[in-house]
Amino acid sequence: MANQRRDLEKRPSPDALLEAARRENDHAGRLKIFVGAAPGVGKTYEMLQSAHAKLKAGVDVVVGVVETHGRAETEALLQGLEVLPRKRIVYKDQSIEEMDLDALIARRPKIALVDELAHTNVSGSRHPKRYLDVEELLSRGIDVYTAVNIQHIESLNDVVAQITHVRVRETVPDSVFDRADAIELIDLTPDDLIQRLKEGKVYVPKQAERALEHYFSPGNLTALRELALRRTAERVDEQLLTHMQANAIAGPWAAGERILVCLSEDPRAAGLVRYTKRLADRLHAPWTAISIETRRSLQLTDEQRDRLADTLRLAEALGGEAITIPGVGRRIADDVIHFAQANNVTQIIIGKSTRSWWFETRRGSVVHDLVRRAGNISVNVIAGEELAAEPVPRKTVRTAERTEPFDPKPSLMALLIVAIGLGVGELIQPIFGIENVDLVFLTAVVVVAVRYGLWPSLLASVAASLCYNFFFLPPVYTFTITDPTNIAAFFFFMLIAILVSNVAARVRTQADSAIGRVRTTESLYAFSRKLAGTATLDDVLWATAYQTALMLKVRVVLLLPEDGILTVKAGYPPEDELDKADLAAANWAWGNDRSAGRGSDTLPGAKRLFLPMRTGRGAIGVIGIDDDKTGPLLTPDQRRLLDALMDQGALAIERVLLVEDMDRVKRTAESDRLRSALLTSISHDLKTPLASVLGAASTMRDLASGLTDTEKHDLLATVIDESERLNRFIANLLDMTKLESGAIVPNTARHDVSEIVGSVLRRASKILGHHQVSLELAADLPMLELDAVLFEQVLFNLLDNAAKYAPPDTTISIRSLRDRDWIALQVIDEGDGIPPAELETIFDKFYRAQKGDHVRPGTGLGLAISRGFVEAMHGTISATNRIDRRGAVLTIRLPIPAESEALDTAA
Amino acid sequence: MTAAPIKVLVIDDEPPIRKLLRMGLSTQGYEVLEASNGKIALELLIQNPALIILDLGLPDIQGHELLRMIRGRNDSVPIVVLSSRGDEAGKVQALDLGADDYLTKPFGMDELLARMRAALRHQLQVHGERPVFRSGDLSVDLVRRIVKVGDKDIKLSPKEYELLRVLVQHAGKVLTHRFLLKELWDELTDAQYLRVYVRQLRQKIEADPERPQFVLTETGIGYRLRAADEIAKAALPPEI
Repeated sequence: MANQRRDLEKRPSPDALLEAARRENDHAGRLKIFVGAAPGVGKTYEMLQSAHAKLKAGVDVVVGVVETHGRAETEALLQGLEVLPRKRIVYKDQSIEEMDLDALIARRPKIALVDELAHTNVSGSRHPKRYLDVEELLSRGIDVYTAVNIQHIESLNDVVAQITHVRVRETVPDSVFDRADAIELIDLTPDDLIQRLKEGKVYVPKQAERALEHYFSPGNLTALRELALRRTAERVDEQLLTHMQANAIAGPWAAGERILVCLSEDPRAAGLVRYTKRLADRLHAPWTAISIETRRSLQLTDEQRDRLADTLRLAEALGGEAITIPGVGRRIADDVIHFAQANNVTQIIIGKSTRSWWFETRRGSVVHDLVRRAGNISVNVIAGEELAAEPVPRKTVRTAERTEPFDPKPSLMALLIVAIGLGVGELIQPIFGIENVDLVFLTAVVVVAVRYGLWPSLLASVAASLCYNFFFLPPVYTFTITDPTNIAAFFFFMLIAILVSNVAARVRTQADSAIGRVRTTESLYAFSRKLAGTATLDDVLWATAYQTALMLKVRVVLLLPEDGILTVKAGYPPEDELDKADLAAANWAWGNDRSAGRGSDTLPGAKRLFLPMRTGRGAIGVIGIDDDKTGPLLTPDQRRLLDALMDQGALAIERVLLVEDMDRVKRTAESDRLRSALLTSISHDLKTPLASVLGAASTMRDLASGLTDTEKHDLLATVIDESERLNRFIANLLDMTKLESGAIVPNTARHDVSEIVGSVLRRASKILGHHQVSLELAADLPMLELDAVLFEQVLFNLLDNAAKYAPPDTTISIRSLRDRDWIALQVIDEGDGIPPAELETIFDKFYRAQKGDHVRPGTGLGLAISRGFVEAMHGTISATNRIDRRGAVLTIRLPIPAESEALDTAA
Repeated sequence: MTAAPIKVLVIDDEPPIRKLLRMGLSTQGYEVLEASNGKIALELLIQNPALIILDLGLPDIQGHELLRMIRGRNDSVPIVVLSSRGDEAGKVQALDLGADDYLTKPFGMDELLARMRAALRHQLQVHGERPVFRSGDLSVDLVRRIVKVGDKDIKLSPKEYELLRVLVQHAGKVLTHRFLLKELWDELTDAQYLRVYVRQLRQKIEADPERPQFVLTETGIGYRLRAADEIAKAALPPEI
């Protein structure tokens, strides 16, 4: 027992093993980052020296891009290395040189040197950022050496900005840093660095000289150096941790910590996210960014919404989970605490409020509420000043979430309703007195608030107050009030009117937002039901495109791979072709299983945003969306809605594709089986009579002298009989082909069944020569709607069949039965009957062929054709066995026409 | 023996079929003219064949078109059409265009000879009217309007008699639904009426109305009254 537990504890963690396996076996290239605390520490120099060492060891090293900034020492190191020519890209009349990614990929060196990891590529490049170029190189199995300064690391961006008062715009996600296989810190003491700066060994752009003087202060450099050392140490820690876990070395690592960061539209929220990322990394804790959607969220400006969306996306980019939940409690804090408890969160991070005392008194302080209710969850309140970096625009109060053209109707209606209130007031004043008139006005205000929202109701409040004063409070028809009691009454009235309109309008907004959510949920539910009901790929694709277009108000195209090429399969509005840029983005999204195109990191010049549609089994297609607006395409809510739609759509598409695959396999198997049955049948049914004919005819020709007249006659009879058999079989084959190609169109009319029976008996007289035929047809059979030629053939096939299986000199009966609205016609024989298991399969094509060759030939198609013909005439055909004795019963059922007109036979 | 042999024009593009017909018909004393396409056939019309056997699938002229052209030049020569199975509409069209009979390929020689005899006799009948028609037990006196089966007088309604009279006048020949309707009512009448009268007629003249011996159904095409010499043949050739 004890041993076992120890074993368990010592077992390597699966995640760690996977990570190790990824690093060791992955065909992806290996990434080495040369990290420095500040420009000028010698990263590029160090990188080039490493490259020379590798070159000496016989490794294929190529310089993709290296910035020497004109430093002689560095430039000298480029000697002896293969330097790839740069690509010239013309942008806004300027010719800019960038790394030639395609050439580098085509060159396929073992190691590529790519300097300045945080570099932003010129517009028109494949990726907007160089680190994305590096990721592509790695994914193609090329090792990369690169260099970066610590201030470019995304999560340190804020800290560096605080230290140096210079915000670096070009950042590299922490994930790039974390995935590096090796990190080399180029360390230089601040004094040495300043010395180098003075010697002019550090490249400084002219325009930044003054800023950099401040930047390179000893204090700043010390702080940056510490940051670089600490971040590298953390990274080393992670490597150590992975190693320990992979080798099942027990060690003290924190467990169970979970961090939740509360986000708002506040511009400092991004700093909060970065702070959380650092904290979570130190604690090795998973973390979640949460945004609570309240009534206030509806009033945010587009700018604020976008910022919140950006912040949530930043959290995702930094490895956190981003969630928006609707606020259901009375206070935001309740929702946060509820979520935290449900998800075992141990720490909550929230920014210190910058709201005024007045605001917090009215609305309550989320921070205070959180601290008060958090229980055993720690609440970290981060000071706003530490985070403030970007200018905070004053928030303006807005009622509409979108800038809609001003609609005067609600205001006019508000005034109209107040006017009606005035009329009613005038009417009731003589009866109930002036005290009750204010209630009439209040009613009017509430009606306006509930129907038209806050602003019209405030307008109504003011209008009602004025009317109340002017028309009712003495002295009437003036705005003056003499009686102090009335003054009080007037002010209370106004107060109540405004309060009531506020409350009513809030109720209305909440109801609206609840309805909106319910509608979204309902639409999603309806969509999933609709998808469940669709069977064809086209329907599913169309439904997905349509629903996405409808719910997100965007244009949608869906692309699926077809013979290895991504092809537009559906669109709403319908779209057949994509331009080159879009197609490139779609293909990139498909090939890399990441988003591409408008608003993304890759090929942002494309018109549409392309996202891969995934299921558990991988990507199955690409969805492309665009709209007429500029700027970000989707809010986080819409993005999440799109994810939900895409998930459902992808699942449905996968389901249909799977079903199609299965069908195809089944069909292939079926048609293989049929083909071999057909071959067996054809070789038997065609060759047997041919052999007889050929044999008999050649005997006649070659051996005529030795044959008696009777023998000659017999041989000729064989030729004729076998030819007729062959003819029947060929006719059957033709009928089957016609049936299968859909060429059988019944030419139906009212027919007398007994007449057709008589006709078929005449036609079948020869094959029925050895049997008695008994007719039991009702005298009053109604005329039936059928195709006489087809019906005759059906009867002929059934009689042919019966004649084959029933022994000679037995009776074959044709009987009619009436069953409510149906007439049944039965062909009954006295043969051995049909094995119960095969009562249904005898109508299958080449049924006989499956049983081998020992039965009489020519029956493989007859019943299948009969079924096809009868069904074409809206009838059914079935087989049973006789109850009274052995023998088969084949029953054709045909509907009696709705109105069998009684013909005037006396005419 | 002194009579000149009857000339039969065989129009078929298949040499084996022509050869077969030439051999088969020669043994019966017919003189066979052969045409492998429509053009030759039209040229051979000058020799005034007594009967034409026409295959509807010809390489140069569409069968029905050729039929129309032949009828344009000679409206009395009997024409027997050869066609494939399942082409009921084509057969009806040929009959409506003036063909006297049709035969479905493949066919037996005895069947063809029977049809030829019926067609030739019918032509003779038109010229020399025979007042009393006999076929087996059935006799129809067209002058006195008396119908008998064996010794028994059969009482027919006026329409039933009209139907029988038309059938008798074209005994042995297939009459399309359309032709019969036109003779008895008008072309637009529903074929159902015809079926009802045929049924009633059979109940009066046939021994077993469910297996008629006189009024035969040509499914999908029309009706035919069995001619006198067909009754004699006990073993009926099957039609497949």
